[in-house]
Amino acid sequence: MNRSPSRDLAVGLFVLAGLAALAYLSVNVGGLTWRNEGGLVVDAYFDEIGGLKPRAPVVIAGVKVGQVVEIRLAEDYRARVRMDLKRDLKLPVDTTASIMTAGLLGDQYISLQVGGEDRFLTNGGVITMTESAISLERLIGKFIYSNERGGSGDEKNRSTE
Amino acid sequence: MRRVIEDIGFAAARFVAELGRMALFAGDVLRAAFTPPPRVGAFVSELFQIGVLSLLIICVCGAAVGMVLGLQGYNTLVRFGAEESLGAVVGLSLIRELGPVLTALLATGRAGSATTAEIGTMVATEQLDGLRMMAIDPVHLVVVPKTLAMIAAMPLLSALFIVCGLAGGYFVGVVLMGVDPGNYVSSLQNAVDFREDVLGSLLKAAVFGVLVGLISTYRGYTCAPSSAGVSAATTSTVVTGSVSVLLFDYVITALWGV
Repeated sequence: MNRSPSRDLAVGLFVLAGLAALAYLSVNVGGLTWRNEGGLVVDAYFDEIGGLKPRAPVVIAGVKVGQVVEIRLAEDYRARVRMDLKRDLKLPVDTTASIMTAGLLGDQYISLQVGGEDRFLTNGGVITMTESAISLERLIGKFIYSNERGGSGDEKNRSTE
Repeated sequence: MRRVIEDIGFAAARFVAELGRMALFAGDVLRAAFTPPPRVGAFVSELFQIGVLSLLIICVCGAAVGMVLGLQGYNTLVRFGAEESLGAVVGLSLIRELGPVLTALLATGRAGSATTAEIGTMVATEQLDGLRMMAIDPVHLVVVPKTLAMIAAMPLLSALFIVCGLAGGYFVGVVLMGVDPGNYVSSLQNAVDFREDVLGSLLKAAVFGVLVGLISTYRGYTCAPSSAGVSAATTSTVVTGSVSVLLFDYVITALWGV
């Protein structure tokens, strides 16, 4: 089989273009790097996680800084949510995690409110202050049976949109 | 009545025998693939035929599919005020399903049929017998490079198809329909996971590459040595190739959920 420079060049370009497309899909679209870097892994315990699922985004001030990697039932029958965050993130130990809903019926995500302590969470650390998911059904129930407090709670939920 | 049942039995037995012959052929190809010397030159040449010459059709079809997904997705989502998740709709349907499947169907039609016709003509003109006379294994020289090139090219073509589709969806959604570009990209990135979606897409493309590669070479290799035989073999490659790609797509999705 003779070498043919123009054919080999075309094949080489094809293979490189294909690999570049694969790399783009894996890294840029699939978010491969976060898993490999092994960022800051933090646990949080919630009484109620609602419809939170693995791969749900974790945000600070609306900016995505990581994702939920695992949800397990802890020994005290609470939900242990493991989050994989950007490695260079410095989170004070009194950071609060709350489960929010994107829009009225959208997917749920975790929002972190950064605290003010000088000590920072390390890998494998636990966020102790958490705010459980707001159950819309429970809010509607409250709204129907008690008059004004349920109504204000419903308004609060709307304002998180 | 008895005759009808006999016919059904005969057809079933023939189908199973065909499957068995195909499995034996796959074993031959596998054994020959690991027999030295590796036919690098022939492999590169086949990669050119299958991969490079399919680039244009793959990219054009990918962009067209992405554009139509963008348009259909936008028109449906805008009714619910959810057009910001257009990126997730276009990305997930392309990566999980349409990219590998449509690439495999296009490759069957464009490259698989050509492979069958080429090997079938070699059979009809007794070139493979000539090779055997010279103690050269035709599976090793002719079939293995074509099959391996199909297996190697399919994931690359599928990835290019998906990237072109994402660009097409972006063009229609963002440029024509006015979806926010940040929303499109971030919903795409949030919805797509590397391990579940991208690896699953690669797995599908690789399985389809094996299927189309083996079916097209098998049909050519066992074709009747006449011009009618070559044409029948080519038709049968396109039919069995497409049908088995779609069936295996369902099986893979059901088994691994990708």
